[in-house]
Amino acid sequence: MNVLVCVKRVPAPGARINITSDGQQVDTAFLGFTVSPHEECAVEQAVQLIEKHGGDVTVLTLGPAEAEEQLRTAVSTGATKAVLVPIDATDWDPQKTAHAIAKVIGELEATNGKYDLVLFGNESADSCGYQVGVRSALKLGRPIVNGAKGLEIDNGVAVIRRESDAGVEIYRLKMPACVGIKEGINLPRYPTMKGRLASKKVAVDRSEASGENGGLKLITLRRPPERASNTVILGNGPDAASAVVDLLEELGVFK
Amino acid sequence: MTVLAVVEHDRGNITSASLGVLTAARNLAKQMNTKFEALTIGANADRLSETVANFGATTVHQAHNTMLTDFGPEAWGESVAQVVRKISPSVVIGTGTERGHEIIAQAAARLDLPAAMNCLEFDKNFDGSQPLDVVRSRWGGSLMEESRIDASIKLVTLANHVVEPQEELATSPATISVIDVQLDESVSQSFVQDRVERVAGVTLATSPVVVSGGRGVGSAEAFAPLEELAGLLNGVVGCSRAVTNNGWRNHTDQVGQTGTRIAPDIYIACGISGAIQHWVGAMASKNILAINTDAQANIVTKAGYAVIGDLHVVVPAISAEIRRRQNK
Ligand SMILES: Cc1cc2nc3c(=O)[nH]c(=O)nc-3n(C[C@H](O)[C@H](O)[C@H](O)COP(=O)(O)OP(=O)(O)OC[C@H]3O[C@@H](n4cnc5c(N)ncnc54)[C@H](O)[C@@H]3O)c2cc1C
Ligand SMILES: Nc1ncnc2c1ncn2[C@@H]1O[C@H](COP(=O)(O)O)[C@@H](O)[C@H]1O
Repeated sequence: MNVLVCVKRVPAPGARINITSDGQQVDTAFLGFTVSPHEECAVEQAVQLIEKHGGDVTVLTLGPAEAEEQLRTAVSTGATKAVLVPIDATDWDPQKTAHAIAKVIGELEATNGKYDLVLFGNESADSCGYQVGVRSALKLGRPIVNGAKGLEIDNGVAVIRRESDAGVEIYRLKMPACVGIKEGINLPRYPTMKGRLASKKVAVDRSEASGENGGLKLITLRRPPERASNTVILGNGPDAASAVVDLLEELGVFK
Repeated sequence: MTVLAVVEHDRGNITSASLGVLTAARNLAKQMNTKFEALTIGANADRLSETVANFGATTVHQAHNTMLTDFGPEAWGESVAQVVRKISPSVVIGTGTERGHEIIAQAAARLDLPAAMNCLEFDKNFDGSQPLDVVRSRWGGSLMEESRIDASIKLVTLANHVVEPQEELATSPATISVIDVQLDESVSQSFVQDRVERVAGVTLATSPVVVSGGRGVGSAEAFAPLEELAGLLNGVVGCSRAVTNNGWRNHTDQVGQTGTRIAPDIYIACGISGAIQHWVGAMASKNILAINTDAQANIVTKAGYAVIGDLHVVVPAISAEIRRRQNK
């Protein structure tokens, strides 16, 4: 089976997120980059599926040329092919992104045949738009379910398990289908030696991006108000235990 | 010109997130000097019309189709799209939940309209005649974004817990309008096909006490003292992503942006540095106690209380002190 996974390059901030002075971006001067944990799990799920059923895992990203790094990382953990859809901006709006992604997938399928599954993260780590997967699936004319915490193949049908307040729900989508994956579905592997070598060698194909601006426009980013705190140090080491239990008593969590 | 609230329900049971949406829709409609209407999906939700009217909706649209017996993201999204085409509201508000985001994304894709998820605020000067400026949360709440929705119909979801539900009756009883939506094969697959009900009990999301461990705990086995302390306090154990990534604990225990958001009476964070993606999951806690060897760790500087020291000795010492007082 052939699976395509969409990943998005995002900065990996530490204790706080700083914004550039024009308010348009996260200040990435001292940051590394990664993809959303949901997308890491989507790659892992795809790799597990081809290990079981055979086939290829293609990773695709729409982003700056540097996003090649995220594609190669995915290859180091088992993806077999990589496609970069380069754009000049750091980000496109969700409508434009989905348009471009669906178009490139259509072009890839015209030469390689249909992907049985196209996987997305449940939401991207940075913009948390909750929509690029849904919009892309609709343009591809395929069903999609988000929030997948389980994904198995049963006779040409993708069996999706997801959690809700009410309980565990099962969906069955005839392939080709799209699925939005959530962290927790699996435990992503670390790169292997073999994977690292493959990631250096893999050819990153390029496809041209196209699309009209959608109707959602960023005005400015800002940091939420921080809660002021004057940390009360209850003590050092085990001697602090008594002060801790006093506090627990005071808060009424221990009687 | 109306504001349309999309009611999220589970087999006819309204969700608490919907009540916030109804309240927000009413407030926005008032500001726009217009009416607020609501949409329920599936005949099993007809009985919610009274609840919805108690929040001030002047019309309750009931989308009907024999396929609408349970949740299905595509069928629900298509239903919203058809109702929106029919009544042309100026704003559509859905819930900021997994289902709500999915419904609004589906509707937006089908209508080829923009959508802004997890909105925290709407422009106070919006009167329906201009683009809608919103503040929405990004990075799972670590950042906020001001953006502009420039479209004839504005689709949004309201971030959960930002608007306190408040009933307010409309001056006249709500009109009921049944809308038969047309659904075909293309949306027939993504329905809940089977379901295992959740057993009630204290969960990470609802427990008043959470004792959480991070990379500093060091191994799966070393969580035993944290389990013990949580047990003594009738709480549950949580963890950071470093822990789930190492396979020490299941992802269901993870607190943070891609884990669970918690709001306990006290959050005891042991050996956790307090990266922003972890912090956003824990920051709603009423009290935070950090136990860390590093007095400069982000979690220590942000927490209300801290103990500087090795969690492997501090945590057992706290449990011992609790037992000593219990036995007195
Ligand atoms: C998009 C995205 C989403 C993410 N989502 C999440 C999420 O949902 N949840 C989450 O937790 N993380 C998330 N992360 C990961 C996050 O950035 C951090 O990597 C992670 O939270 C670090 O976990 P930690 O604090 O346990 O480990 P570390 O950062 O390594 O901190 C370990 C801490 O333990 C202390 N310590 C060490 N030994 C001891 C000891 N013996 N006694 C006491 N203290 C000790 C150290 O001083 C240090 O402060 C996400 C990251 C990204 C990019
Ligand atoms: N620029 C991008 N390149 C590739 N995939 C993307 C991009 N943006 C979003 N996606 C995919 O769509 C999912 C949902 O994104 P979003 O709508 O931004 O929350 C992500 O988890 C990715 O799988």
